Amino acid sequence: MAIIFKPSPSLPPPVTSVGAVAWVRQNLFSSPLNIFLTLFSIYILYLLLPPVIEWALINATWEGSSKAACTAGGACWAFIGVYFDQFMYGLYPEAETWRINLAVILLVVMVGAFAIKTINKLYLSIAIIVAYPIVAYFLFAGGVFGLEVVETSLWGGLFLTVLLGVIGIVASFPLGIVLALGRRSEMPIAKSVCVVFIETIRAVPLITILFMASVMIPLFLPEGLNFNKLLRVLIGITLFSAAYMAEVVRGGLQAIPKGQYEAADAMGLTYWQSMILVILPQALKLVIPGIVNSFIALFKDTTLVYIVGMFDFLGRIQAANHDSNWLGTTVEGYAFAALIYWVICFGMSRYSMALERKLETGHKRN
Amino acid sequence: MTDTNMARAQLAQGEEAIIEFNDVNKWYGDFHVLKNINFSIKKGERIVVCGPSGSGKSTMTRCINRLEEHQKGTILVDGVEMNNNLKNIEAIRKDVGMVFQHFNLFPHLTILENLTLAPIWVRKTPKKEAEEMAMHYLERVKIANQALKYPGQLSGGQQQRVAIARGLCMQPRIMLFDEPTSALDPEMIKEVLDVMVQLAEEGMTMVCVTHEMGFAKTVADRVVFMDAGEIVEANEPHEFFDNPQHDRTQMFLSQILNH
Repeated sequence: MAIIFKPSPSLPPPVTSVGAVAWVRQNLFSSPLNIFLTLFSIYILYLLLPPVIEWALINATWEGSSKAACTAGGACWAFIGVYFDQFMYGLYPEAETWRINLAVILLVVMVGAFAIKTINKLYLSIAIIVAYPIVAYFLFAGGVFGLEVVETSLWGGLFLTVLLGVIGIVASFPLGIVLALGRRSEMPIAKSVCVVFIETIRAVPLITILFMASVMIPLFLPEGLNFNKLLRVLIGITLFSAAYMAEVVRGGLQAIPKGQYEAADAMGLTYWQSMILVILPQALKLVIPGIVNSFIALFKDTTLVYIVGMFDFLGRIQAANHDSNWLGTTVEGYAFAALIYWVICFGMSRYSMALERKLETGHKRN
Repeated sequence: MTDTNMARAQLAQGEEAIIEFNDVNKWYGDFHVLKNINFSIKKGERIVVCGPSGSGKSTMTRCINRLEEHQKGTILVDGVEMNNNLKNIEAIRKDVGMVFQHFNLFPHLTILENLTLAPIWVRKTPKKEAEEMAMHYLERVKIANQALKYPGQLSGGQQQRVAIARGLCMQPRIMLFDEPTSALDPEMIKEVLDVMVQLAEEGMTMVCVTHEMGFAKTVADRVVFMDAGEIVEANEPHEFFDNPQHDRTQMFLSQILNH
């Protein structure tokens, strides 16, 4: 008779190694140093948090028409309330701000539609990339269907910030990819053009580029051939960001093993087919953290347009700080700016992490 | 297969060479890696290339689909000269499948997508047809149940079988194998070799760089021994193993067979 092997039954893990108590033990009180750091952090929070909460919430003033109304000793949020529309839309005519809201809602709906399973993703992408910008442009600028014309010089506030950021990101991404491919190309002319472009733009501060775009270019252009300042600034930001993006993407391209290029070649794929179908999907996935890093940096760098006389979100807040009715509200203004920038940038960061998880195929096991 | 293809295949069945190396030379910088290679392979022939590392055997094989460029001499594949003409190269690559040492599957695509990529984009096969063909070849390498997984979820032996199926999906006239079992655990080598033996029995023209001497003995029509960039000896397996002509071959065989 053969002896039949029966595995011993599995026992539950000891209580001390699972649950909240175990987590606290392992992470907060695992060693004398850890205990000290935990207690020290709690003490620091105890010192810092109550005054901040008191200032920002308990003693804050939420309504009023001037700084004089803020007597409780806390934050003067009334300032933000009064100026809120200007912070959001700049000097865009108040009666027309619905056009901006509509464009934003439209974009949110279209992007949200990706979640619907039955929808054709290709058509949706084309609609967002091609049709939406045209619709949005006419909504913002007006001049058709009886919409009042709104000069771009009136565009401002968070609207301008998001506009610069989004267009900069959307336009610099493909341009950066093309530059990165060009830099790794074996064609000497394409390669040198890309290298010179990237190295020149990277060696120049963004402020210089913005000055060039807003002040210098009109001087060189013949009379009458002057185009919109916002457009010039946008092109400047896009080119600047594309140079950085190119180097991020190049890092990804270099990380792809040579075998992947060879396998694609050996199948008879053309250069563009192998790049688009095989190499770029892998390379871009690898450098998502770097790409998002560039996007976040670009988004915050758009505040520099303040220097060439465009009042974006931060610019509007700074301008409002000079209102004689509201002198002494600088902290509130900057705190509000910090909060909004943080929400947007943190959102981008979380989105990129979710995207990385979604695209992960290497170690997934069923 | 279309009628013209069929006719061409029958025509070639005789003595016609499908791959021809004429005085091929190649350098990596100053290093002379291929020296005066003269060799021709007939349709349906199974060639095993062996030799010590650095002898140029991989390089020679990779010249056939121009993953490597040679600098002197001519290489004719299927009657087409491999030169800088991109159209020729792409046309030949459609007809030459390749299997690599490290599989080189595309990790971001499922197994099925790996197989259908080239048929859909290079041969312009409709997606449905390409998928049916892919499933057919996956069944042949006994791995159809993994079609929707990603390469990272498969073992090395499974990945290499997928790579072979991927090559076959283009319905190539020639298959190149560049050390297909060198990166595998011993127990996985057999499953890959089994697929290759099966392929050989069906009459595929094969050029295989390998150290699997058992495979060479049972499958090869000719065994080619290379050293220092030259073809030292090429002979039928029986002659090659039992009666090697050159002392260099004898030494190599004694090292590789007696360990």
